[in-house]
Amino acid sequence: MSSYLIETLKTRFPAAVLETHDFRGDETVLIKKEALPAAAAFLKDELGFDFLMDLTVADYLPREPRFELVCHFYSSKHNYRLRLKCPVAGTDARIASLTPFWAGANWFEREAYDMFGINFEGHPDLRRILMYDGFEGHPLRKDYPLKKRQPRIPHRD
Amino acid sequence: MGLETLFGHSYLTTRLDEAVNWARKYSFFNYPFVTACCGMEFMSTFASTYDIARFGAEYPRFSPRQADVLFVVGTVNEKLAPVLKRVYDQMCEPKWVVSFGVCATSGGFYDNYATVQGIDKIIPVDIYIPGCPPRPEAVLDGLLKLQQKVSTESVLDRKYR
Repeated sequence: MSSYLIETLKTRFPAAVLETHDFRGDETVLIKKEALPAAAAFLKDELGFDFLMDLTVADYLPREPRFELVCHFYSSKHNYRLRLKCPVAGTDARIASLTPFWAGANWFEREAYDMFGINFEGHPDLRRILMYDGFEGHPLRKDYPLKKRQPRIPHRD
Repeated sequence: MGLETLFGHSYLTTRLDEAVNWARKYSFFNYPFVTACCGMEFMSTFASTYDIARFGAEYPRFSPRQADVLFVVGTVNEKLAPVLKRVYDQMCEPKWVVSFGVCATSGGFYDNYATVQGIDKIIPVDIYIPGCPPRPEAVLDGLLKLQQKVSTESVLDRKYR
């Protein structure tokens, strides 16, 4: 099954696909973030990707666009897998939420927001999911100080 | 058949500290504050193979108000720190704390934004048990060390640390 999904997406979104690669049948497509909702709808409704397996973010500081949204999809109907990535600028860390398409995106996006500070537009309840109230910053960003601690109660010394 | 039959209705003299500490060290009620994989070794220690009951410490109390020894078993993160502090504060004197495994002791390899670098940043600790996770033998050794420590204390001690 060589590059069927890549070719399909390239044909459907010729202006949005930035880069693709295919490694032993694992297909990856990098698209512009503006095209994400349209691509999501296409994947779900027409290609049968009914399962969002994972959604996360990678920080490529000092590169700009700094962040990359990484989504893994699975189609239980066709047994297809696809990795979809979107570059997100550090100066404008916003991207459309996938919650309208896959309800499971909800907590993934909250985690991505908590750890990387990406704002998912259209998310119903975008607040921290792992760190506590009062935690400042986003700890998995590459510029978060490695030794920085934010205790909730004073430490004994 | 026991020694007591030789003494009959007799009496023995001892120091109060000796008598009280003897009772304390062989009847620990422990509160397991279990957060991570160390809990598996903790359960093993308490189960029949290693049988911590041999040392009089088999009885977990799931209320800190009824417990003497707080076993902090596993990684404690900053989010959880106030909970641990509160559990400790609810325990009545005399009370002891055992730090079980390297994560509780020093944060272990979790030297990161989320993890408390040793529970002694939050509460005082009496015994540290090393290991990732510690073998049950190490836990029993830690318990014996705690018993030794208890036997050196006085009923007049007020820790209130």
